[in-house]
Amino acid sequence: MSAKIEVERLNLWYGAFHALIDVGLSVREKAITSLIGPSGCGKSTLLRCLNRMNDLIDDVRIEGSVRLDGQDIYAGTSALTALRKKVGMVFQRPNPFPLSVYENIAFGPKVHHLAKADEMDHIVEDSLKAVHLWDELKDRLDESALRLSLEQKQRLCIARLVAVKSEVLLMDEPCSALDPMATLKIEELMRHLKDDYTIVIVTHNMQQAARVSEETGFMLLGELIEFGRTPDIFTRPQDKRTEDYITGRFG
Amino acid sequence: MTNEGARQRIGFGLLLAATLLVVLPVLAIIVLIVTKGWSALSLEFLFTMPRDGMRAGGIFPAILGTFVLVLTSIAFALPIGVMAAVYLSEYAKDNVLTRIINLAIINLAGVSSVVFGLFGLSLFVVFLRFGVSIISGALTLGIMTLPVIITTTREALRAVPKSYREVSFSLGASRWQTIRHSVLPFATPGILTGAILSIGRVAGETAPILFTVAAFYLPKLPHALGDQVMALPYHLYIATTQIPGVPENYRYGTALVLIGLVLVMNIAAARIRSRFRRKR
Ligand SMILES: Nc1ncnc2c1ncn2[C@@H]1O[C@H](COP(=O)(O)OP(=O)(O)O)[C@@H](O)[C@H]1O
Ligand SMILES: [Mg+2]
Repeated sequence: MSAKIEVERLNLWYGAFHALIDVGLSVREKAITSLIGPSGCGKSTLLRCLNRMNDLIDDVRIEGSVRLDGQDIYAGTSALTALRKKVGMVFQRPNPFPLSVYENIAFGPKVHHLAKADEMDHIVEDSLKAVHLWDELKDRLDESALRLSLEQKQRLCIARLVAVKSEVLLMDEPCSALDPMATLKIEELMRHLKDDYTIVIVTHNMQQAARVSEETGFMLLGELIEFGRTPDIFTRPQDKRTEDYITGRFG
Repeated sequence: MTNEGARQRIGFGLLLAATLLVVLPVLAIIVLIVTKGWSALSLEFLFTMPRDGMRAGGIFPAILGTFVLVLTSIAFALPIGVMAAVYLSEYAKDNVLTRIINLAIINLAGVSSVVFGLFGLSLFVVFLRFGVSIISGALTLGIMTLPVIITTTREALRAVPKSYREVSFSLGASRWQTIRHSVLPFATPGILTGAILSIGRVAGETAPILFTVAAFYLPKLPHALGDQVMALPYHLYIATTQIPGVPENYRYGTALVLIGLVLVMNIAAARIRSRFRRKR
């Protein structure tokens, strides 16, 4: 029950706009944590703080601390590439590179010099197996990843993270582009993956949060209103605003 | 309602007329050159040396010269232009220096080609002592075509979806790795478009090669970068104005070959480009 990531008094400004206000939470290791809340409340912003993707945006100011395995990732000494290798991201729109299936997986290991050429085949195979794509794609490794179905693409994006041995998977509405069947299959995959990975998922789909996650945070206007065990959040929310949201009174 | 329809028809009519006005001169030029030059074309014309004071025989040395100049100038300008464009669009901050550089690039595109010729003469031929040679001519032509290559490359880089960079960074790739592996490969077709645009310009210009490489007549083919060459546009100029008694179809045949050569090289480059497109 140890914490993989601890966020404390995190504040973020886009220019003058205060997008995250005093956010604090701890993400349990090898469990699924979900973030819910109406659109624009700061879920993606919070998620992107966890692997410092906000660093890419100009005019962002961040205060507070985010600790990964006890180390402050915003401390000057921590290496950005190592952090992003450890904490990988799956985006809302499945975004494979317009390369072959094989090259998509090989990209990360190459960038991090993880594999010699003769080990790459194994890495590709293992990564595809981990996301249950191997049987479907083992004869199509040289095909462009753009020809895959949306669900396959999203699995491939997850496999890319498996290939660099990520420990934390950040998923920003990973199913919002998928149909309900594909969504359920990705959720099933997430349940498999949580044996080995710590997963944080942003979703606007409350049923999804209820189905897959152990812990849930509810955000509103840049604040984390309530955070706790998923059943508690959905059955006996402590805050009136959480209750209004999950009973569909706004959002 | 009918009023609106009539207006629309007039509008489309005007647009169509403007389009035809663009096409007409191109068609006219091609028809003129083909009808007047077609009869000169033969294997002898394409593949042998000139005879009778360039009033007969072939124009092979000029074809070869132009071909070599295009290849060498692009081999020089493409890497430099691409590197400059990558620097400017991926690394450089928006400050006074980069604004001056941008201004310089825009102005370079507007400089008249004879000025490039003079520049090449003083820098490459005289100061750097490359002499009147392929290397001097190719460098001069290359500099002339840099703005086109830089501008099209920057457009191509800008057109690479933001998400490719984002994914690459999110996988822990450095800025250079991101450019190298997930930006440049997808900008390559666009970059090659710049090269294609340059081919026609480089092959057709007379002024920049006049003082730097082009020869009036050479009895032998070039065999090193330090040699002079004959070139099609200059040869055409000579045959038209400097030598009395050149048959008309010989002159138009030369123009036709120049157009044909550019066409062939463009098709070759476009095929390379589509190979890159297919790989994606
Ligand atoms: N790059 C940015 N620059 C300025 N404001 C931004 C930027 N990204 C997000 N925002 C603003 O921050 C708030 C939170 O955005 P986001 O984290 O994307 O919300 P969510 O993912 O919950 O829908 C929104 O009001 C949004 O407009
Ligand atoms: Mg979002």
